[in-house]
Amino acid sequence: MNATLEAPTAPVSAPVAQVLQEHIVEIVSDAGEGAQRCGQSLGAIAAKMGNGVWNVEIIPAEIQPPARSVAGASGNRIRIGAGPISNGGDETDLVVAFNEQVLLGRVREGELKPGCTIVLESMWREHRDAAIAAQYAATVGQLRADGYQVHEIPMERECQKIVADPRRGKNMWALGMLCRIYSLDLALGREQVAYALRKKDATVVATNQALLEAGWAWAEAHLALRYRIPAQRATEPQVVVTGNTALALGILASGMEVCAMYPITPATSVSHYLSDVFEKVGGIVHQAEDEIAACTFAIGASYSGKCAVTVTSGPGYSLKQEALGLAVMAEIPLVVINVQRGGPSTGQPTKAEQGDLLTACFGSHGDAPKVVMAVSSIEDCFYAVITARKIAETFNMVVIVLSDASLATAQQPIPRPQFSAEWLAPPIDQSPVPEGARAYDWDPVTGLSPRFVPGQPGGMHTLTGLAHDRASKVAYDPANNEAGLHMRSLKLAALQRALQPPAVFGDPDGDLLVVGWGSTQGAIREAVEELRAEGERVSALHLTFLQPMASGIGEILRRFRRVMTVEANWSDRTDDALINADNRRYSALAWMLRARYLVDIDCWSEVRGRPIKPGSVKAAIRERLTGRAGAAA
Amino acid sequence: MTAMNNCLVRLYDEHHALEDYQGGVPRWCNGCGDNAILASVQRLCRDEGLAPERTVFVSGIGCSSRFPHYMKTYGFHGIHGRALPIAQGIKMSRPELHVFVNTGDGDCCSIGAAHWIHAIRYNMNMTLLLHDNHIYGLTKKQVSPTSPVGTRSNTTPRGAFLAALNPLTVTLGVQNASFVAQAVDWIPEVLYQIVSAAFHHRGFSFVRVLQRCPEFLPQMFEPWLHDPQRTLLLTHEDGIRPSPAIAGIYRNQQRHDPADIDRAREIASSEDPIPVGILYRNPAIPCYEDLRQAGQLRTPEMIRAGLEAELDKFTVWPAGAEPAVAG
Ligand SMILES: Cc1ncc(C[n+]2csc(CCOP(=O)(O)OP(=O)(O)O)c2C)c(N)n1
Ligand code: SF4
Ligand SMILES: [Mg+2]
Repeated sequence: MNATLEAPTAPVSAPVAQVLQEHIVEIVSDAGEGAQRCGQSLGAIAAKMGNGVWNVEIIPAEIQPPARSVAGASGNRIRIGAGPISNGGDETDLVVAFNEQVLLGRVREGELKPGCTIVLESMWREHRDAAIAAQYAATVGQLRADGYQVHEIPMERECQKIVADPRRGKNMWALGMLCRIYSLDLALGREQVAYALRKKDATVVATNQALLEAGWAWAEAHLALRYRIPAQRATEPQVVVTGNTALALGILASGMEVCAMYPITPATSVSHYLSDVFEKVGGIVHQAEDEIAACTFAIGASYSGKCAVTVTSGPGYSLKQEALGLAVMAEIPLVVINVQRGGPSTGQPTKAEQGDLLTACFGSHGDAPKVVMAVSSIEDCFYAVITARKIAETFNMVVIVLSDASLATAQQPIPRPQFSAEWLAPPIDQSPVPEGARAYDWDPVTGLSPRFVPGQPGGMHTLTGLAHDRASKVAYDPANNEAGLHMRSLKLAALQRALQPPAVFGDPDGDLLVVGWGSTQGAIREAVEELRAEGERVSALHLTFLQPMASGIGEILRRFRRVMTVEANWSDRTDDALINADNRRYSALAWMLRARYLVDIDCWSEVRGRPIKPGSVKAAIRERLTGRAGAAA
Repeated sequence: MTAMNNCLVRLYDEHHALEDYQGGVPRWCNGCGDNAILASVQRLCRDEGLAPERTVFVSGIGCSSRFPHYMKTYGFHGIHGRALPIAQGIKMSRPELHVFVNTGDGDCCSIGAAHWIHAIRYNMNMTLLLHDNHIYGLTKKQVSPTSPVGTRSNTTPRGAFLAALNPLTVTLGVQNASFVAQAVDWIPEVLYQIVSAAFHHRGFSFVRVLQRCPEFLPQMFEPWLHDPQRTLLLTHEDGIRPSPAIAGIYRNQQRHDPADIDRAREIASSEDPIPVGILYRNPAIPCYEDLRQAGQLRTPEMIRAGLEAELDKFTVWPAGAEPAVAG
């Protein structure tokens, strides 16, 4: 085992590439070694080849976890397919690791397929620290004993032929090697390196391209692994973006002018990208002193001009709640993007979870009707913001767009959007307000009222968060208070009447309907599709509008013998000794559907801080179909 | 659009009478100092001929925050402590509007303290009036950060535990402070001059007004009302120029150049006599909305071009369909 360093695998003579329908490949390293960029680039190259691609970031909870630690894996996982890919998939087929400890972390988390291919940096075997060398040898020995196909590769040594410090550049060497393994186009690889390093100078780009080529050449000469995933270049232009970049592009395309925010993972990267480009089109990203200020700043901007947006995640959303109540009461249009995460503070809570649905629908204080939408794909991220802006300004309402950490960093090719001037709001109205018109002249049927914007002669009034009458005068009488609540609630019904019923994925009736919302769409559909192919009578329903909910959903639910939701938030497990039908806490959407449609809806959920896998969904559905789970005693 | 508005306003809205700025009948208690602040602000609007539709008063929650309801301009009666970020959002999206902020000592110096500190740094062109009555009025007499130690209130029945926070020294200690003044509601002439100077300052004008609350702290400012010597009137060609009548009453005067920040800080720390006048002014500090180039004209064409350029960066073109590279 020991003596294979010179040629870890026998030198190969033009091996024949194995043709695959799809493969999941990941690259992991200590934080700061560039595995993220390697993976993102690999995904982009495959997408350019015409493959279906889904990238997911592997993020350690700490910014600088100790080197070579089991909890420190940082990197990227790429699912590459011959056809379109809608989610990150199940376990990994091939992993490139820069040290055996981060690799071990992935093994322990159950992220690798049994017996999968491991491509491992071999420098540790001869490390001058005997303890490290021993640790490495023991781990590799154990992995082999467990059936993993381990290829030890002298990446460090090979990179040192080109750069002094391989910590800068090993990722591009690995990228070259992966391009060779997956039969990707080296020229596209060179382009991608140039793009990824576009902010660096030309010598840096050249060095990294040399590393890429060296990685390719090394794999060509020494590695027998060869795969080819058939690709078909799209006939229409595609854009390869992450969910957060798509949200930022949506903000840009919606014509909104002000984005106020306070940094919080995993929402921050929306504003990073937007900060870079928004000013070029006259927009402003304002980093406020806290989320309360961000939200009220956006409210002020909306009130006096065009609808503004604030971007945040769970804990920041909590801080905005009071201000959202004000915007609802005063009927100020506002778009709030909540890229959901797990919980308070930092670390694990910054990872994927769909934890804020009920908060979004029912949060703030008193009765605060808001529109709540969820994005379920990268493409949605772009268009949902445009729709949200339009609804916000049509109904003078707060529109919450829920994304989550799974979509935030996922990257996928989507059809390139074709700009339409209809996406933009008209210039703000500065015409005189007709005599006698009132700021809240509510339409008794729809609850809609005009919006007087500063600058409009004759429209002067004092907007207030207090209960008010039609002229915006503070109202202390019960009738006016009730009238205002009535009108603000009616607007949701008015919007609801305009919503299309969602389409069922699969047959319109059957044994089980799986309902979901947000980022789980791809995994649910994949699981349902496989089960249907196996003859099961399962369908899926995915909701974009969570508040209000479209007409027709109740009828759909009732056409199935059983209904369950699949969500990435907490629900009590029915096999807990203390849990029964009287005390079980359901997942968020299940609560809402049960309450509205009086259907006995079950749920299955997972809160492991990572995207839900289609395999897990499939197993959960199987359990329900065979009746082995779900019915709380 | 902005330029167009400017000229329209010039054409049609030259003159306004005082009634044009008077909204609802104030519901403050008799003798409440807020009435005097309202009177001087309405006078300012008339004297400056501010177009009511291009003027916005923003407030939080408190007795003092009812202020916008009594102006016949646009108003935004917001939530407790958050008037400043609301006002900043307004100014950022519509820099041509005249923006005023009315806030109480609880509103500004307690719940909204973070926003206050940062508003000084942002230095956006607006005028803040701190109605400082040393007490929470609306919620019926709780201690405020500016209540002097020993003040008896419903939450400190045996007297406030802590020394009062001094809003002037705090403001003068923050980076980018550009206009700091103190007025008292019972000397309307000086109050007016200060409000006017604040309005004319380009930047964030912080005006603390000591304001009587006869309802809950009837004795608070009595010693100063009865003894003019306990008021230190700051005068300067660039500051307050008291009329002979006022100068005759308030003889404890000091010539103070508002450009002198060290002296301003010394004066600000004096609690007795209380300084009245302009402590500091620095017109050279940039305004955040200018740094951010707010109020740019945006056209759909600009947005389209910007979006297309961004999409180009991420686009995978079908074979043979790459757009010609522009030169
Ligand atoms: C979030 C929130 N907390 C508390 C209150 C209750 N509240 C309203 S006004 C106020 C204090 C008012 O004092 P101040 O700001 O000094 O204004 P004044 O009434 O003295 O003019 C408080 C605590 C509120 N409206 N909102
Ligand atoms: S309670 Fe005090 S501050 Fe409030 S209106 Fe009355 S006198 Fe003015
Ligand atoms: Mg007060």
